[in-house]
Amino acid sequence: MVDQTSTVRRAGFPGALSGRRLRLDFKAPLRGLRLFALKIPALVLFALSLASIGYLLLGVGVLLLPAATAGLRRVADAARRLNGRWAGVEIARPYAPRPEFSAGPVGWVERVRWILTDRATWRDLAWAVTDPVVGGVAALLPAALIAYGIEGVLLPFLWHPLTSAGYEDWYALVIHVHGSFGIGALFAVPIGLASIALGLTTGPALLQLHGRWTAALLAPSAEAILGQRVEQLAATRTEVVDSQAAELRRIERDLHDGAQARLVAMGMRIGAAEQLLSSDPEAARRLLAEVKDSSSKALSELRNLVRGIHPPVLCDRGLSEAVRALALDSPLIVEVVSDVPGRVSLPVESAAYFAVSELLTNATRHSGAARVWIDLAHSDNLLRISVSDDGHGGVDPDKGSGLRGIERRLAAFDGILTLSSPESGPTMAILEIPCVLSSPKTSSS
Amino acid sequence: MRVVIAEDLVLLREGFVAILEAAGLEVVAAVSTGPDLLEALLTQRPDVAVVDVRLPPTFTDEGLRAAIAARKEIPGLPVLVLSQYVEQLYARELLADNSGGVGYLLKDRVFDVAQFMDALHRVAGGGTALDPDVISKLLSGGRQSSALARLTPREREVLALMAEGRSNAAIAQRLVVSGRAVSKHTASIFARLDLPEDDDDNRRVLAVLAYLNG
Repeated sequence: MVDQTSTVRRAGFPGALSGRRLRLDFKAPLRGLRLFALKIPALVLFALSLASIGYLLLGVGVLLLPAATAGLRRVADAARRLNGRWAGVEIARPYAPRPEFSAGPVGWVERVRWILTDRATWRDLAWAVTDPVVGGVAALLPAALIAYGIEGVLLPFLWHPLTSAGYEDWYALVIHVHGSFGIGALFAVPIGLASIALGLTTGPALLQLHGRWTAALLAPSAEAILGQRVEQLAATRTEVVDSQAAELRRIERDLHDGAQARLVAMGMRIGAAEQLLSSDPEAARRLLAEVKDSSSKALSELRNLVRGIHPPVLCDRGLSEAVRALALDSPLIVEVVSDVPGRVSLPVESAAYFAVSELLTNATRHSGAARVWIDLAHSDNLLRISVSDDGHGGVDPDKGSGLRGIERRLAAFDGILTLSSPESGPTMAILEIPCVLSSPKTSSS
Repeated sequence: MRVVIAEDLVLLREGFVAILEAAGLEVVAAVSTGPDLLEALLTQRPDVAVVDVRLPPTFTDEGLRAAIAARKEIPGLPVLVLSQYVEQLYARELLADNSGGVGYLLKDRVFDVAQFMDALHRVAGGGTALDPDVISKLLSGGRQSSALARLTPREREVLALMAEGRSNAAIAQRLVVSGRAVSKHTASIFARLDLPEDDDDNRRVLAVLAYLNG
């Protein structure tokens, strides 16, 4: 993280790149070593996976393969993460989502099929077997150059102990390390220093190279990305359709038991009043008064229903003003700041409105907060709304069905809800929905 | 009394015309769109206008905007805004110019013709008529809780009725107490909210709302 931000900052200066290349980097060689260390378990797990595939028909492989590939995926994930952090090459996970498996042996076979039909499995294996060689050079080279350089610098001092022990070798292809100490041996020092310098300066570039190589095999293929996207779209579509159907059922029930029933009752009372009009005008008047009352109640029910479907103020004024109206109606002190210079599409507006409404309700009911701050902003095609309160926090995102509902609503627009609610507060929820602004806002009020 | 009506649904428009004419008022214009309303208000300068919030062409808060725009040209032009729903936000916007002659009611309040005509006359006379729904929202909002906490429950009731635009006599009748008891309550409310006492109905409401808005 820290490295990334500093890279970004440096990139802002002219000539930043050359300045960066010449810099001595002590971290990169060590990071290369750590990356290299990762290749050893990868190779072991590669062998294990391959053996499991070989033993599949014997049955042992069926039990062994999931464990071996799970291990390999963890190592590969570590490689993805470290390359993202150190080389600035973000690599997404490519694996097909895990389906539900049956219990017992059938489940084991399903599991194996799931692993073997995922192209990412084979790409992992290809990476595990080639990486120690290809990636290994890039990862190890800076550290190796430094180690070799240190040997060169120390060579004049080590000459006697080495040669007397019968050691014989060439250093840097030009100095023959054998026999008695010669003045030529001193050349090993500048060569060694150059080697150290090379190791310290090439580190970052080689890490970049290593990152790109890793991404080549471990990043999801275009096909896998599409596959994941299709999977996600299918899931959100199902949720949207389900929740829409449930919503329609609720509206139907509300109308049926509410306004519709009241209208029937009103018709009956009017009929009765008609009958009584001549015989008992006073009773007829009482009935009509009841009808009037009933029609008011029916209207009020319809009003609440409409508010739940699409609040009129949202339609009239758009998101920011509708959120202000929510704030006014809240029993808490709510401050609204908005920087949305236009209107977002109606479905997004509606989803965002109901999400804010739900969050505000949660803050009122559960947080013990006195104040709430709502901030709406739109930039870079992203609508960002934060709702924070001064309550006691400790909101469990898995507990409330309301929060799950918000997530579902937002998922249909690739929007996300981020919640931060430590014990003893405060709580902050951030909604982010990718969307474009339509016409600039016409003057309000 | 000369009245302008703005309502886009023919059935309701004719209903309003029938009710108002039955009460002996003169309907000088019955329009159905926002622009028509603005023009009618500015040219006819009625004694009071009955306006639906949602009007064509945009079917948003066209009627409200036209009413506010007309009141900018003719300060204090009496307008009674009717709607299927009430919003605090809109009530505050209507009252923002502090010149009175404003009503904001749910459409079904018309069912009680006597009360509706009462509200209409109050607005025409420069007073205020706010829907009890708006009042209850204003009174339960978070911003005012600290100020209102200083009032007794009975005083809150009186304040709510005052905000609807009722006179002391009407409040007394509603709460079934003597006129003197109401005067005592109102004096106490003004004292507790640090408002200077004023006999004028309209200015009482505006003062209360200004305080609530602050």
